[in-house]
Amino acid sequence: MSAPAACPGCLRRARLLAHLAPYVEKAATRAPGSRSPELLRLSNEDLAAAVAPQAAAQILAGVEAVPAARLEADLLAARCWACCRHDERFPGGLRDAADAPWALIGRGDPALLGGLEPEATVTVVGSRRASTYGREVAREISRGLAAAGLVVVSGLAFGIDGNAHRGALEAGLTVAVLGCGADVAYPASHRGLWRRVCERGLVLSELPPGTGAWRWAFPARNRIMAALAGMTVVVEAAQRSGSLITADLAADLGRDLGAVPGPVNSRFSAGANDLLAGGACVVRDAQDVLDAMLGPGVRTAGRPGAALEPRLRDALAAVESGEQTCDAVAARLDVPGAEAAAALATLEALGYLACSLVGTYSRTMQAAPDV
Amino acid sequence: MLATAQTFTLDGISARPVRVEVDVRRGLPAFQVVGLPDAAVREARERVRAALGNCGFEFPLKRIVANLAPASLRKAGPGLDLPIAVALLIAAGQLELDGAARMALVGELALDGTVEPVNGMLAIAEAAQERGLETIVVPAANGPEAALAGGLRVICLESLGQVAALAAGEWAPERPEPMALRLQGGEGRPDLADLRGQRHLRHALEVAAAGGHSMLMVGPPGAGKSLAASRLPSILPALAPGEALEVARIASSHGSLGPEGPAGRPFRAPHHTISPAGLVGGGNPPGLGEATLANRGVLFLDEICEFRRDALEALRTPLESGWVSIVRAGSRRRLPCRFMLVAAANPCPCGRGEDDPECQCEPLAARRYQAKLSGALADRIDLLAAIRQPSAEEIAGPPGEPSSAVRERVAAARERQEARLGPGRCNAEMSPAEVRECALAADAAALLSDAYSRRRLSGRAHDRVLRLARTVADLAGGAAIEREQMAQALQLRRRDRE
Repeated sequence: MSAPAACPGCLRRARLLAHLAPYVEKAATRAPGSRSPELLRLSNEDLAAAVAPQAAAQILAGVEAVPAARLEADLLAARCWACCRHDERFPGGLRDAADAPWALIGRGDPALLGGLEPEATVTVVGSRRASTYGREVAREISRGLAAAGLVVVSGLAFGIDGNAHRGALEAGLTVAVLGCGADVAYPASHRGLWRRVCERGLVLSELPPGTGAWRWAFPARNRIMAALAGMTVVVEAAQRSGSLITADLAADLGRDLGAVPGPVNSRFSAGANDLLAGGACVVRDAQDVLDAMLGPGVRTAGRPGAALEPRLRDALAAVESGEQTCDAVAARLDVPGAEAAAALATLEALGYLACSLVGTYSRTMQAAPDV
Repeated sequence: MLATAQTFTLDGISARPVRVEVDVRRGLPAFQVVGLPDAAVREARERVRAALGNCGFEFPLKRIVANLAPASLRKAGPGLDLPIAVALLIAAGQLELDGAARMALVGELALDGTVEPVNGMLAIAEAAQERGLETIVVPAANGPEAALAGGLRVICLESLGQVAALAAGEWAPERPEPMALRLQGGEGRPDLADLRGQRHLRHALEVAAAGGHSMLMVGPPGAGKSLAASRLPSILPALAPGEALEVARIASSHGSLGPEGPAGRPFRAPHHTISPAGLVGGGNPPGLGEATLANRGVLFLDEICEFRRDALEALRTPLESGWVSIVRAGSRRRLPCRFMLVAAANPCPCGRGEDDPECQCEPLAARRYQAKLSGALADRIDLLAAIRQPSAEEIAGPPGEPSSAVRERVAAARERQEARLGPGRCNAEMSPAEVRECALAADAAALLSDAYSRRRLSGRAHDRVLRLARTVADLAGGAAIEREQMAQALQLRRRDRE
C-alpha cells in the first residue's frame, strides 16, 4: 500500500490554522456559536474574516503563496506524513462529521491508519486530575480493549488519558490525538509515553508540525477523538471537565457513549455519574464496552484471579471498603502491623491491589474468584 | 625576656598544638599578637590586660609581642587567653611555674580574671595526652570533660589569680571526676509509648531501627510523622563506649555539650531552608554540619520536598561513605557522619493526598511534587511508611509498647547482623555480593520473583527488598528468609515511579 497523501489545499488549511492560532485563541469562547469546533467548520475565508478581520487578507495571501514543495518538505523534516479528506485512507469516522479536519498530520506507522474504522475504535478519556481508582480503571479497561483487538484513542494528557495509552500499549494498539503539532510532545513530561505511542501506534493532529499548544486546540481535538471512535468512554470527569466536551460531541455525532461509575460523593466522578444518569452506557470493565460495540458474548482475555485464604480476603475487603494505608487496614482488622503488611504485599503480588508512589493502596480490576 | 606556654586550637573536631611565645622588652609600651590569629584571638590583648590588673598582677608597660607558632596554622577562639596571660606573667618575671614545658593551658578570660569554659575541650585534652604532656590547666567548668581523656593531671582554674597560688605550691587543686557518658537516653527523653495505635508505623520504625535502614514517611500534616521520628533514637541499640566518646567530642566541638554530658544518640531535625554548608558542614572557617552533629544518631528531614536540591545532593556522598570531607586552601578535614536518615513528606503539595476529593492541587503541581519525592535522595532510602491520621479511639486508647521493649528486639537483631557481617555493620550497608548470599526459603524466592516480574522491579529495588527482608528475618531470629517475612519487606519497600 502506498503512503497516504494530502493535497496542497488541505495542507494549506492546516497551515492557515497555525497562522490563525493566536487570533482563534482570542475569538474562541465557551458560548454557543464561538466554540472552537464550531469556528473550525467555517471555510478558509470565513474563518479568517471571523477571527482576524484586519489581518485576514494578508494571512490568506501568505498561506496561498507557500509552494506545495515547501509544504511536503516541512512534513518530511518533522518525520511526519499527512492524509487529507480526499485520500481513500482518511479515517471513515471523520468523513461523516461536518466539522472534520481537512487533513490529519501523523507520526508513526501510516499503515495503521487503515484500522481506524469507528466499529473497531474506542475513545477513552477523563480528567487530568484523576484518582488512583480512575487511573487504575482506565489502564485496565484500555488493556482489555486493546487485547480484544480494538484501537484505543485518547489525548495523551495527564491522568486518565495517559493511563489509557499505557494500558493499551501493554496489549495492542493506541492512537493519540494532540492539540498541538504531532511532533510536539505535550505535556512535556509525557515525552517518553509520546515516543512509545509513535513507535507502536499513531500520533495524529490537524495542525502542522511544530505548532505549540493553544487552549482552543483542545476542544477542537476532542471533536476528532469523538468522531474517530464508535464509542466514547468517560472514566473519571469532574463537573466541568474537558472530557465532557468529548462526550457531548460524540453524542452529537450519534456515537455510543459510556461512563465508568464512581463514588456518588466524589468530585472526581461527578461528571461521569451525570452522564450515566443521562443514559450513558455503564462501563465496569472492557467486557461492557465490547458488549456494547460488538454485541454480547464477545470475550476479552480477562481471567479470574487466584483463590484467597481468609486472612487475605479480609485485607482485600478492608481496602475495598476504603482503607488506603497499611496502618488503617491493620487497625480495621485488629491485627499487628507486620501481618497487615504481609497480607497487602501478597495481594499486590497477586494483582488484586496497586500501590501508589506514596504508599497508598487501591483495588485493581482483577476480580476475586469467590466474590 | 622570653617565655613560652603550650596550648591547642580547635580545628573541626580535633585539636592542633600551638606554642605561645611571649617576649617582653624595653621600648615604647605596646602589645601585639602575631601568628595568624582570628578576631577572637586578637581581642585577647584587651581581656588579658584587664584580667591581669583585676587579679593583682601588674601589666608591664613595655614592648610585648605574643607569637603563636606554628605561624601557618589559623588560630581560632578565645581559648588562647589563659596561655598568653600566663606566658606574659612568666616573661615579665612575675610568676615562676614549675613544669611549664609539660603543661598545656586552655581557657578564656573574663575581664575580672574568671576563667571561662571553651568549646572542644575533650578533643584538646585527648591531643594533649597524645603529645605526652603531663598536666592540663582548664577552666573549672570544663574539668569533667577534660578528665575523660585519662592519663593527664587536670587542674581546674576558677580564676587567673589562682595561678599564683598554684605556682607557689600553696594550693593543691582537686582532681575533677570524669564526665559520665550516657550510652542510652535516660528518663524524660521521648518514648515510643507516646505513639498510640499506628501499628504499621511502629512496625516500620522497628524494622528501620533494626537494620539501620533509612526511611521515608508520607502522610497528611499532623499525622504524627515528627513524633515518630523523634522516638527513633530511643529504640536504637545503646551506644558503645567508643561511640559515646565520639558523640561527646562532636557535641563539645560544636559547643552543645551540657554539663551532664551527651544523652545517648543524637536527634537532629534541621529546618528545610538549611543551606548545603549547614547540612553537611562547610563555610570559611569550616563549621560542623547537621550530618556530623547527627553522627551515630538520627537525621530527620521534615518536608523533604521543600529542601533545597543542592543541599540534598550534597548529602548524597556522605550518606554512602559515612564521612564528610571538607577541603580548604591548606587544610583538609574528614568528619564522621554515620547517621540514620529519616525523611517525611506530605502526599501532595496541599497535604491531603490525590485521592482525597478535597485535594486542590493542580495535576502538574502534584506530579512535580511527587517527582521531587522520587528524585530527592530516593535511591538512598530503603523504607516507605504511609501514615494516616490516627482515629479518635486510637488517640484515646492505651499507650503503646515502651521504647525499652522494642529496643531489646532491635539490639538482638543487630547482634545477629554483626555476627554475620562483622562488628559495627548492619543490613542497610550490605554490598550487592552480601545481599546475594542471603538464604531464602523456596516460597519466599517465588514471591520475590513474582513481584519482580509483575511490577517490573529494578535491580536496585530487588536488592533493597532483600536487605529489608533480611532485617525482618533478623528480628524474628530466623536463619533463612521466610515467605511471610519477604511479603513484609515487599510492603515496606520504597516505591519507584513505574
